[in-house]
Amino acid sequence: MEFGPYLMLASLEGAVTAAVLALTAVGLSLVFGVMRVVNVAHGEFFMLGAVLAWWIATTMGGHPAAGFAAALIVAPILVGVIAAAADMTILKRVDYDPERTIVVTIGLLYIIQQLTLMTYGPEARPVEPPFNTRLALPWIEWGENGLGLYWPWGLSTTTYKLAVIGAAAVVLIGVWLLMTRTRIGLVMRATQLDREMAQAFGIPVERIYALVFGLGAALAALGAVLIVPIQQAHYLMGGDPLLLSFIVVIIGGLGSLPGTVVAAILIGMSDGIISVFFTPTLAKILATLLVALVLVFRPQGLFGARPA
Amino acid sequence: MTETQKSLALHFGLLALLFALQFILPAYHHGNLSRIMVLATYAIGYNLLFGYTGLLSLGHAMFFAAGMYGMGLMIRHLGFTPAPALLIGVLAGLALSAAVGALALRTTGVAFMIVTLMFAQAGYLIILYFGEWTRGDEGFVIQQVQRSLWGIDLSDPTARYFAAWMLFSACLALSLWLIRHPFGRTLIAIRENESRAQMLGYDVFRHKLGAVVLSGTISAAAGAAYALLFGYAGASFATVQYSILPLLWVLLGGAGTLIGPFLGTLFTFYLIDIASAFTTAYMLVVGIVLVALTLFARQGIGGEIRARLWNWLP
Repeated sequence: MEFGPYLMLASLEGAVTAAVLALTAVGLSLVFGVMRVVNVAHGEFFMLGAVLAWWIATTMGGHPAAGFAAALIVAPILVGVIAAAADMTILKRVDYDPERTIVVTIGLLYIIQQLTLMTYGPEARPVEPPFNTRLALPWIEWGENGLGLYWPWGLSTTTYKLAVIGAAAVVLIGVWLLMTRTRIGLVMRATQLDREMAQAFGIPVERIYALVFGLGAALAALGAVLIVPIQQAHYLMGGDPLLLSFIVVIIGGLGSLPGTVVAAILIGMSDGIISVFFTPTLAKILATLLVALVLVFRPQGLFGARPA
Repeated sequence: MTETQKSLALHFGLLALLFALQFILPAYHHGNLSRIMVLATYAIGYNLLFGYTGLLSLGHAMFFAAGMYGMGLMIRHLGFTPAPALLIGVLAGLALSAAVGALALRTTGVAFMIVTLMFAQAGYLIILYFGEWTRGDEGFVIQQVQRSLWGIDLSDPTARYFAAWMLFSACLALSLWLIRHPFGRTLIAIRENESRAQMLGYDVFRHKLGAVVLSGTISAAAGAAYALLFGYAGASFATVQYSILPLLWVLLGGAGTLIGPFLGTLFTFYLIDIASAFTTAYMLVVGIVLVALTLFARQGIGGEIRARLWNWLP
């Protein structure tokens, strides 16, 4: 393949990564923004979503689309409920102290991961996509008869991958509408601005925290359900999304949702494109170092405004 | 007895006990205890920063690995003898902790934790990237002939136990001395109230940097000793897990107590040892203990002893 079509293929792959990453990172960003805590177990909620999707799809049997549709609804809700329960039993008791929350969510990370290993096992298991038609893509080139379309060999995508990108966009718009247009979003933003003042105005802050924590985890799980027909479900799959979400949330400015989405698209696309041309390890080294340096020299993020 | 005498008696009593134990322990526990003493040295290094300065790092595995690879690579590729290789391992830890400290200390709190985590992750990936020399995840074995220090074969269990004991004693004595020294006192003052320490005219940044360097260097010494005594260096020692473990040891044993790192390492080691007999998911124990400690016993074993029995415990 020539350079042009190759780049287009890489960007398509990157867009799928970016879509899933945006969902996962927005979940992490929401929790950080409203609750001011860092959830290190976020990647494990992602993994739990994928594993539950496999379990639901396998138990349902029948047509792959039916099982997948069920997983798409049930898995995020289940993960959200588990996360909200963890919030109420554990995080509430450490008073959302930032440092203790990190330690306790590291504990949670190992508990979820190892319980999955004990029950689900160490194998990687696939989920069948509901639909998966190959689409050959055209490329424009100056030929003998002037400008014309042709179909280079290997330049193709699947309907499922396009659907993932579309679904992620719909969900992200939904989250944005929820935060800006509904009463519950207003309450969440009030809690984010001033927890004590919100409490004084009769907002049940603890219930809001449990809701936000559950919602954040559910978004990660949703991202995982979408990606699991492309990538297999495995008990250690939470590590990379966690790291990438951290990177995205930090680059986008801690707690800023639009910044997070922009950074997710940037990182997801460049991750897809860079790993086509460079080794993935080198790309990851550069990305982690970049994030550390951003935190040191521009703690408000690349897109965030300096707090007044 | 004065409090100083009590504390000296306790810590030197522990060292004497550990020294005597090698003559009576069965082979299996003898080997375990040498390993525990090296790992407890790592925990002592971690505790200097976390327990006494109040800085929570999530990236100490990079210092441990710096010592391990600083030493191991010299022996493997340049044919060094153990003594200069050990020195290079320790110096690698010193240089790395000075560089990381100078950058990471510009942040505080949660950002400090994430920055150290990111640096450590980059360190781990760098070890994988240079897999040609480091052999990545697989790691490499340091042959028995390369592990003889001044004519003493360190693969021999007795010599190994003694070497581990020497390292542990030296670092315990060093930290016992340090926390009585004005420098250590200032670190505790920074932990208790950073702005007040600053207002009193202490250079907070330099003291914190000193703590990071000291902590990183001790961790590197433990890493170098671990590779030399047990003859293996691998990238798994640079993973996040090896940054979390010292945190767990110190939390369990009691942050900000001198004896805590040893107690925590001892308990965790045997807890994991017993758990791994039943299940491959032995890290579950680590998770449960971390959650339980944060919820119910923030002080750890050492802290509880200090609160209930011996209020003089340093």
